[in-house]
Amino acid sequence: MKKLLSMLLCLLAVSAMFPVSAFAAGETINVYNWGQYISDGSDGSIDVNAEFTKRTGIKVNYMTYDSNESMYTKLKTGGSTYDVIIPSDYMVARLISEGMLEKLDMENIPNYKYVDEAYKNQAYDPSNEYSVPYTWGTVGVIYNSKYVDVSDTGSWSLLWNKKYAGKILMFDNPRDAFAVAEEYLGIDVNTVNADDLRAVSYKLIEQKPLVQSYVMDQIYDKMEREEAWIAPYYAGDYLQMAAENPDLKFYLPKEGFNLFIDAMCIPKGCQNKKAAEEYINFLCDPEISGQNLDYLGYSTPISDAKQYMDPDTASSEVACPSKETLSGGSSFINLPSETSQQMDALWLQVKTQGGVDDYALWCMGAIFIAMAAYLTVRGVRRKRRIANRCKKWKPQAS
Amino acid sequence: MRTFNKVFTILVLVFLYIPMIVLAVASFNNGTDPAVWQGFTLTNYGELFRDGVLLPLLANSFIVAVISSLLATALGTMAALGIHAMGPRMKRTVMGVTNIPLTNPEIVTGVSLALLFAFVGTLLKVSNVLGFVTLLIAHITFNLPYVILSVTPKLSQMDPDLREAALDLGCTPAQAFFKVVIHEIMPGIVSGALMSFTMSLDDFVISYFVYGPNFVTLPVEIYNYTKKPLQPKIYALFTLLFLAILLVMVLMNLLEAKDDRQQSVARRAFGGLRKERAEE
Repeated sequence: MKKLLSMLLCLLAVSAMFPVSAFAAGETINVYNWGQYISDGSDGSIDVNAEFTKRTGIKVNYMTYDSNESMYTKLKTGGSTYDVIIPSDYMVARLISEGMLEKLDMENIPNYKYVDEAYKNQAYDPSNEYSVPYTWGTVGVIYNSKYVDVSDTGSWSLLWNKKYAGKILMFDNPRDAFAVAEEYLGIDVNTVNADDLRAVSYKLIEQKPLVQSYVMDQIYDKMEREEAWIAPYYAGDYLQMAAENPDLKFYLPKEGFNLFIDAMCIPKGCQNKKAAEEYINFLCDPEISGQNLDYLGYSTPISDAKQYMDPDTASSEVACPSKETLSGGSSFINLPSETSQQMDALWLQVKTQGGVDDYALWCMGAIFIAMAAYLTVRGVRRKRRIANRCKKWKPQAS
Repeated sequence: MRTFNKVFTILVLVFLYIPMIVLAVASFNNGTDPAVWQGFTLTNYGELFRDGVLLPLLANSFIVAVISSLLATALGTMAALGIHAMGPRMKRTVMGVTNIPLTNPEIVTGVSLALLFAFVGTLLKVSNVLGFVTLLIAHITFNLPYVILSVTPKLSQMDPDLREAALDLGCTPAQAFFKVVIHEIMPGIVSGALMSFTMSLDDFVISYFVYGPNFVTLPVEIYNYTKKPLQPKIYALFTLLFLAILLVMVLMNLLEAKDDRQQSVARRAFGGLRKERAEE
């Protein structure tokens, strides 16, 4: 018994030490980033956070999130502070408008000069006061050249082409799905016009019979295994798919496409702004940025970084499109809450219009009827059994 | 009818375990695509054990699970003793209250704990309250009911005369507890501890709301792996985790079976004794 008790005490002591040791090592910063969105040393790549600690002595507490929205919730709930966060464009705009970001001191981020002009002065942060671009990318169409006619490509209309019915995949989130149809129809991707949005949803409903399924990450398996032939997705992810299946090709539609930028910011309440700016500066170092993004497969906003990347990636028109190509892109800004609510409601309509959901209803109905039948049969049988027993009893009783 | 029963049982078992089997098979697959078998390999496991990111996270999960289940066991046993000493009405009420967290949606528990911690943080003027300690507190909180639930029945099964006999023979109450009572209820304590260990090891929902930047557990981190397709070494990791939990559960069942046997032996012996006495 004493042994058990002493073991427990030991463990308590260990547990008491643990948080202390986390704080003991001098300066630390808390970095909050997308999961798997930094080079972590696997497959012989550079371990960015370890390299930063080695160079500056500042320890990095690294935490991850799965979507802009969950990061926003964590910031709002409180209870923890972050020194650097890396949200996407529209979320940066939202955080700025709600006063949740610190202004950056560009004196402490000299490497900002390496960032290309094309990624400065964007709609989400017009005067570059709050954010420094980390990565960027485009949304285009991925298709399998074995099955799809090249003459059909080049436009968003491929996603509405009846020839390929049942082999088309579509985004499973309202913002990206609406943007595809908006660009096809020539409507601004940041429109707040209710009639426009309704027209877009009709276009999506029109597309629905041709769509095999609405997916996000499953797109990898489906495209690589050729279960589907056509899908809109992010360029960075296309490069990884193409490594598995070289028949997959990619183009940016002529009508226009979405250009997204993920940017580094410092949220209000940060504990160590100086170190946070040092970290942002470190990530803008062309050598670091090049090696980091070579691993991630997304595009770098720093031209000088390309010399540190794999030459094939650096010269590819998909990973690093030219300025002329990029001029067709437009980035998201934050939508007012009524618009995003309307979009969510319309998206629900698109998704529930006929199709798969009917099966679920039929299944539910069938199960319900089966259960009801089973219960009645059992009830009837039991009654009969009781009646039988009563019959047997009667002669005995008399 | 019997064959039907057998077939049905097998079907249910298959339905329950097929996902795990698929995962385990995928972990030995020599390729990234789980749907295409490309030959048997152990490289995924090799890669897993060379991984510098996943293993520390797994260690974190184990640290939280061990410490929280031990603390919850100690606290829960004390609570069970207190509940056992209450009157029947009070007992029912308190048991009802402790059981609510079991059925409460985890997300509600998680959010309310996160809000509580944030509130305490602002009271204490600590801006970085979320971390290892809050994670531990949260895990102890949801482990407690399991321990109480498995210890209380053992206490009521126990012969109350045993403790009184110990007191009569000169034990202090504390000695009576450590020399007599604890041996009687040990199976309950152990199964409570194992149960809370497994609950804590794989908890995601509650941890997701209360973890801080200093300390992250494995399930939370894996959930955020959305930017790239899952690597096969993660399948290997999950397979090992599943095996670990399976091992704990088997251990728990073996212990329970042994305890049942002992009890029935004891009951028979005791019953015989009583009969003899009655005959005298």
